[in-house]
Amino acid sequence: MGHPELAEKFIANNERMHWHDKALWFVREKRDLAAHGLNEWESLREVAKQIKTHTIDKLDFYLEEFEKNAKEKGLHVHWAKDAKEHNEIVLKLLLNRGSKKLVKSKSMLTEECHLNPYLEENGIEVIDTDLGERIVQLRNEAPSHIVLPAIHLKKEEVGKTFEKFLKTEKDNCDPTYLTRAARVHLREKFLNADASLTGVNFGIAETGGVVVCTNEGNADLGSSLPKLHIASMGIEKIIPRLKDLSIFTRLLARSATGQPITSYTSHFHAPVEGGELHIIIVDNGRSDIIANDDFKQSLHCIRCGACINTCPVYRRSGGHSYGYTIPGPIGSTLGASKDLRTNKTLPFACTLCASCSNVCPSKINIHNQLYKHRQSVVSAGLLGAKKHTILKVATWVMKHPALLDFGGKMARKIVPKLPRSILYSKVNVWGKKRELPKFPKNSFKELYKQREEKK
Amino acid sequence: MRIGLFIPCFMNELYPEASMATLKVLENLGLHVEYPTNQTCCGQPMANTGCAHEAGELAKRFLKIFKDYDYVVAPSGSCVAMVRENYAQFLEGEDGFEHLKTHTYELVEFLHDVIKPTNMNASFPHKVGIHNSCHGHRELGMASMSERNLPAFSKIEKILGLVDNIEFVTLKRNDECCGFGGTFCVSEDAMSAAMGIDRINDHLSAGAEVMTGIDMSCLMHMQGIIDRDKLPIKTLHIAQILAGES
Repeated sequence: MGHPELAEKFIANNERMHWHDKALWFVREKRDLAAHGLNEWESLREVAKQIKTHTIDKLDFYLEEFEKNAKEKGLHVHWAKDAKEHNEIVLKLLLNRGSKKLVKSKSMLTEECHLNPYLEENGIEVIDTDLGERIVQLRNEAPSHIVLPAIHLKKEEVGKTFEKFLKTEKDNCDPTYLTRAARVHLREKFLNADASLTGVNFGIAETGGVVVCTNEGNADLGSSLPKLHIASMGIEKIIPRLKDLSIFTRLLARSATGQPITSYTSHFHAPVEGGELHIIIVDNGRSDIIANDDFKQSLHCIRCGACINTCPVYRRSGGHSYGYTIPGPIGSTLGASKDLRTNKTLPFACTLCASCSNVCPSKINIHNQLYKHRQSVVSAGLLGAKKHTILKVATWVMKHPALLDFGGKMARKIVPKLPRSILYSKVNVWGKKRELPKFPKNSFKELYKQREEKK
Repeated sequence: MRIGLFIPCFMNELYPEASMATLKVLENLGLHVEYPTNQTCCGQPMANTGCAHEAGELAKRFLKIFKDYDYVVAPSGSCVAMVRENYAQFLEGEDGFEHLKTHTYELVEFLHDVIKPTNMNASFPHKVGIHNSCHGHRELGMASMSERNLPAFSKIEKILGLVDNIEFVTLKRNDECCGFGGTFCVSEDAMSAAMGIDRINDHLSAGAEVMTGIDMSCLMHMQGIIDRDKLPIKTLHIAQILAGES
């Protein structure tokens, strides 16, 4: 099923759809307050864009600088060209140390690589320690949002899930009670883990260290207790200098949730005592995106989720309707770049309202990319013969004004006389929820010509 | 000043009153306007569906018809955005394109930026909700966007404010999309309708009697919902208010 069908299912529950829309709009409004509270907001966005543009253009240089400086600090650096290599490296690192229990903090990259099922097949226990991620993991679902993974769930549903897996009281869905239950559950997992994996928000070329931003502190606890810490990082996470970081930390949390900064901004520049810190630098299709001028800006993304929260389509269809690891506008362009055939409906899950491009802290031209991806869908022959034929015929008519005039005249004569049963038959998709416009007697052109003749 | 009037294809066929009102608004201000009768479609529906070849053919046709006018004016933000923002892919370097691109205006924008009227000789004693159609709003910059931290303004409010006795309502979501979206309205029809209903309800709860805007396509979509659900509100193209009609 494509986005239109999955969206229709989500919309069918009107109450839930509006609940979801309002929850995300609330986050968008918090973001507005934070963004409008900084006079320099628009210049911060511009500087962020310039840093990202510069870095992506010289990515080979900065990646090597990062590797060199990281190694000098005693960190291990690995390169993975795709998801498979990434997953194999993780497994090998775990097996080398005999690790069997891995605690993970949020990482969309490992979702993208489908790391969890791979490790579980190989006998590793994987525990997502971000609260939202843990909830969806228990339910065997994918995150529906990159910052708020369980935003599609109501507290009652979380209560039921915890009842089943964490043995909480029956029908108790008090958020404080449930959070405490999760804390007890996760604390035990942290204490027993023998390895940790985190994502990376920023890799600093100048220092060779990585920065991880969380609100729950789970990345810190996870990476501090076990002796093995693996950090998975997409190649686009590099920034040149430490002083560039503040531009992004100021933008990130404000854009994401309206907070001035995430509760934890943790810098990792060395392993824990007697331990190892491994950084896996992952390409997985990113180089192909860099090679395409229309889409390379999508690698400026700092994964704040602002475009997702603002998207009127996302808010009313939920993250799972996209069927790609990252939902919403940025996910639609990344998904289409990654696998156009599978994700061919995503560039069209958009009205081109352009809210995403204007909310984006690194000024990615997201809606222009979705517009361009539609052309790729057509060139690849994936639009569907019926739609393409209709538009080809329409174009032919539009090149022949007399024919258009005649067609219009006939339609204005015939349509008003048609019985409702014919006019609103199944082929009239417009008419499922809407009336057709009332057809007038004359076109504007006819009236204009009449008027000119009278002059 | 020679002004070429561009009437979007569907408006020509289905909305002669709003189209005629556009002509009247310009003529009432003493402007000389010509309507080239061989015009059809700007190619936006094709372009927004990814059919670049077809859109390019219509873009070339559009350029040929309109390139010799001092200004091209249209009662539609999205068709004008097509010319200004998306034609370059098809017409870059073509003779007359740079002039066309920089001299094609949406009606209200043309009044605000070029003609600068101080009076519209029109009265509209109603509570009005302004629907900020996305392409006019975010591509043409008709008003400040809620996403950005820039000084607040609205060309639409400024020009409509010249109409006597008009009263604006305050919406909860000032610039949320109505879900029309061109072919989106049929390819994602459930989503399109859901977004439209939400937009109408925002205007209804704000006490609007009339929803107006610069794009008939958005209004056509929402009027379709209003008619189906028999809601106590109506849509009216901004030109009809500015022309002192209805």
